[in-house]
Amino acid sequence: MAGAASWSFSENDFKQIQQHLQAFLRDCNARCALLVDRTGQLVATVGDPPQFDSAAFASLTAADFSANDQLAKMIGEQEFASLVHQGEKESMFLADVAKRVILVVLFDQRTTLGLVKLKGKGAVEHLNRVFEAMFNRVGAGPAAPEKGLLEGAEDEIDKLFG
Amino acid sequence: MSMINYASREINCKLVYYGPGLGGKTTNLEHIYGKVSPNTRGKMISLATETERTLFFDFLPVDLGTIRGFKTRFHLYTVPGQVYYNASRKLILKGVDGIVFVADSQIERMEANVESMQNLYDNMSEYGYDLTKIPFIIQYNKRDLPNAAPIKDLQGSLNPGWPIEDGPQQRITPDPTHTGENLVEKVDNQWIGRAPYLEAVAVRGDGVFDTLKTVSKMVLKTLS
Repeated sequence: MAGAASWSFSENDFKQIQQHLQAFLRDCNARCALLVDRTGQLVATVGDPPQFDSAAFASLTAADFSANDQLAKMIGEQEFASLVHQGEKESMFLADVAKRVILVVLFDQRTTLGLVKLKGKGAVEHLNRVFEAMFNRVGAGPAAPEKGLLEGAEDEIDKLFG
Repeated sequence: MSMINYASREINCKLVYYGPGLGGKTTNLEHIYGKVSPNTRGKMISLATETERTLFFDFLPVDLGTIRGFKTRFHLYTVPGQVYYNASRKLILKGVDGIVFVADSQIERMEANVESMQNLYDNMSEYGYDLTKIPFIIQYNKRDLPNAAPIKDLQGSLNPGWPIEDGPQQRITPDPTHTGENLVEKVDNQWIGRAPYLEAVAVRGDGVFDTLKTVSKMVLKTLS
């Protein structure tokens, strides 16, 4: 492999992801769910719009998850499939999806960690299926933007950097 | 690993600034952060020690603009340069789309440069990535210092070239930024390729945007 493979998802994939996450938020009464890929890019947000810098949040989430993955290996575990960060009022639940994406759930005192974990398990199973189907399709679907992107890109880069 | 989101019409790419400790990786990002309009960049995150040495990474998202209806965003990361932070350094390389190796031009730092370059090759190959096949450039930083090594020596140690086995690629390819030099050429009957390089004085901002522009173009080229 020359480098990391790109992946892309269609509007239909996006709709499915949103539907699963919306149902999950309804079931567990959490505030917001974010999907972040393992390289630190935000994939989707559902629920109350976050009041923080979501790009920075996504990069820190991926770093957090990756660092914990390594810690798991050091103590003889294959992975920590989920993580919890519990605060006084606000808490986070993180879970692996299809080994490529992280589900982040933000919740407060309107629910409990137990309920988030319980409903989270089902949501992860649904999302696993959606993402695995998506990754299997790579190469067959619209994996890259149309030809001729470069000309446009060069203009844009020149414009930005003057 | 560039991510293309057709629903929100976004392309996200990841660039990593690699190199020895105190070479100027964070300074590159700080300069970009300071000069780019706040509308086109996000917040800069630095996970640093109390003495401002990078502990885990620095992170800065920069929007390049809209290309064919897709919002194009580059996520810039630095790695901790100090040798003993290799575990975290390796994590940052995950899913990388393009790499800038920031070398410290000072003669005294030559060994640290070579060690870091070797470490980059090793970490990339552990992920199964081939450094010669992804967008990769070298920035020779601190060119203003009196003890800066000549470019020829730095190139000899850090960018000697890799063999080009693929027939169609075996043709002389001039280096667009250095007249009279080639990125691909035949040396002693062997075709070799080298990474493009740029000179910089990151504390003054010299060469910082040229570096970003060069590597960004290379990354976007891989998507076209």
